Amino acid sequence: MHPAPSIIAFSTFSGLGLGLLFWLGIDPDPPTGWVAFTFFVIAYVLAVGGLVSSTFHLGRPERAIKAFTQWRSSWLSREAWASVAALVVMALYGLGLVFFDANWTILGWLGAALAMLTVLTTSMIYTQMKTVPRWNMWLTPVLFIALSLAGGALLSGRVTIAIWLLALAGAVQLGWWVVGDTRLVQSGTTMETATGLGPMGTVRSFEPPHTGTNYLLDEMVHVVGRRHAQKLRLIAFGLMIVLPILLLLLPFPHIFGILALLSHAAGVLASRWLFFAEAEHVVGLYYGMR
Amino acid sequence: MTQLPESTERKLGLVIDLDTCVGCHACVIACKGWNTEHYGAPLSDQDPYGAEPSGTFLNRIHSYEVQPETGPAQLVHFPKSCLHCEDAPCVTVCPTGASYKRTEDGIVLVNETDCIGCGLCAWACPYGAREMDRAEGVMKKCTLCVDRIYNENLPEIDRTPACVRTCPAGARHFGDLGDPRSDVSRLVAERGGMDLMPEQGTKPVNKYLPPRPKDRLDQETDILAPLLAPVAEDAKGFLGWLDRTLERLPGPANRPSEPRRDKRGER
Repeated sequence: MHPAPSIIAFSTFSGLGLGLLFWLGIDPDPPTGWVAFTFFVIAYVLAVGGLVSSTFHLGRPERAIKAFTQWRSSWLSREAWASVAALVVMALYGLGLVFFDANWTILGWLGAALAMLTVLTTSMIYTQMKTVPRWNMWLTPVLFIALSLAGGALLSGRVTIAIWLLALAGAVQLGWWVVGDTRLVQSGTTMETATGLGPMGTVRSFEPPHTGTNYLLDEMVHVVGRRHAQKLRLIAFGLMIVLPILLLLLPFPHIFGILALLSHAAGVLASRWLFFAEAEHVVGLYYGMR
Repeated sequence: MTQLPESTERKLGLVIDLDTCVGCHACVIACKGWNTEHYGAPLSDQDPYGAEPSGTFLNRIHSYEVQPETGPAQLVHFPKSCLHCEDAPCVTVCPTGASYKRTEDGIVLVNETDCIGCGLCAWACPYGAREMDRAEGVMKKCTLCVDRIYNENLPEIDRTPACVRTCPAGARHFGDLGDPRSDVSRLVAERGGMDLMPEQGTKPVNKYLPPRPKDRLDQETDILAPLLAPVAEDAKGFLGWLDRTLERLPGPANRPSEPRRDKRGER
């Protein structure tokens, strides 16, 4: 799949922002006043910024409001509702903390649940795609939620929790890669089933329908980035999991915490880039490609 | 509404005969011609006369080489367009309701004024049947020429999809696949019509007829070669004298057509 920068940035930063909102929401002793204000501004810049950047890849962004209509069948529509609900509820909760020194606990818990629901709906957009076997497994939502929770813990300064959640997210990420590598073969979709010519023999693409490229190849058959996939996995894992844990284990976590956060965000961006670049869409089989 | 109908009254679709298709791409051109002038936004081209031409097409023809375990390979031309699936994954993912499947005839359509161009439906389609128009920013797909098949301003013979009407080989058939007595349904039953990627669970309405087994492929594949062998091997007159004289000179003679003459001798 084509790794569109707008979608990679959206899912990474809104995941971090929603993770921070989750931890703010369930905090039994939340910050108030200016400290709360700072935390909420960071969370909203990340979450809203990510959501806005996701509209950049639309062909007709001026009609984006119509995406709220089909929540009964479409995960993208559910994501639209969940994100708006999470942001509105958490804004009210933040209002209490910042201006009235009031902890409206129920709003916080509700907002936290909605924040994670938003991350879940985002991940389900990819998970539901039977056409992309690497995404089409239950580990995908687990990975998105684990990374969001770990990143949120890191952002909110919860050192011990962040270390444990980073380790957990790292394990999920490794499992996602290992299992993901087998998914296309497991799906049973081959050039033979795609063309129905399997009973006759081995199928090879003799001539594509067009001499140049087209939308399908540009969008669904991205093979350039896979060349260095193994190296990129190492880099992503190092930046996203290993380095932040090491930095958090050092003394003075507040100084090294910033570094851990930057490293983690860069690692998640790299991992999300691979999430798309490595994903094989079955339509590539019609072209004899993966 | 992007929820799929429980069932449709009819299942209009195509039956494509892979045995008959000659790979001429006439259906591609007819489709592009009709659909760029009628339903919805035109099918745009990008850099059409430049170094990197590309464009929106609703129908594309692949060609495959199929190598059986024994015997020579076969070439199969393979037209591919929307299969108007009963369980169309492209419809349910649509967040705006622009994509829908019609209850009356099962045609899958895009209401372009509602489409936000998110591209999710193209991701959900395993067949590559949907293409985003890069000029218009909306999703384009085969409409089964919905503006031809019911069009009473056209002569009756033209009330079929443009690709079917134009196919010079008669490799494309249009009809109601929900009616077991229809011509297309009988064709599917007689010829063993098949689904593409059945494991994807899309239940395509369009069917493909497999190529018939070739009965003479184990014999001479190059049937014209014997007729094209050099004819002036026994030269007469001056050339004949020259040939005989050179033959008498010492040194090897070069006779490239020797094996072929042997083969022809056997027949």
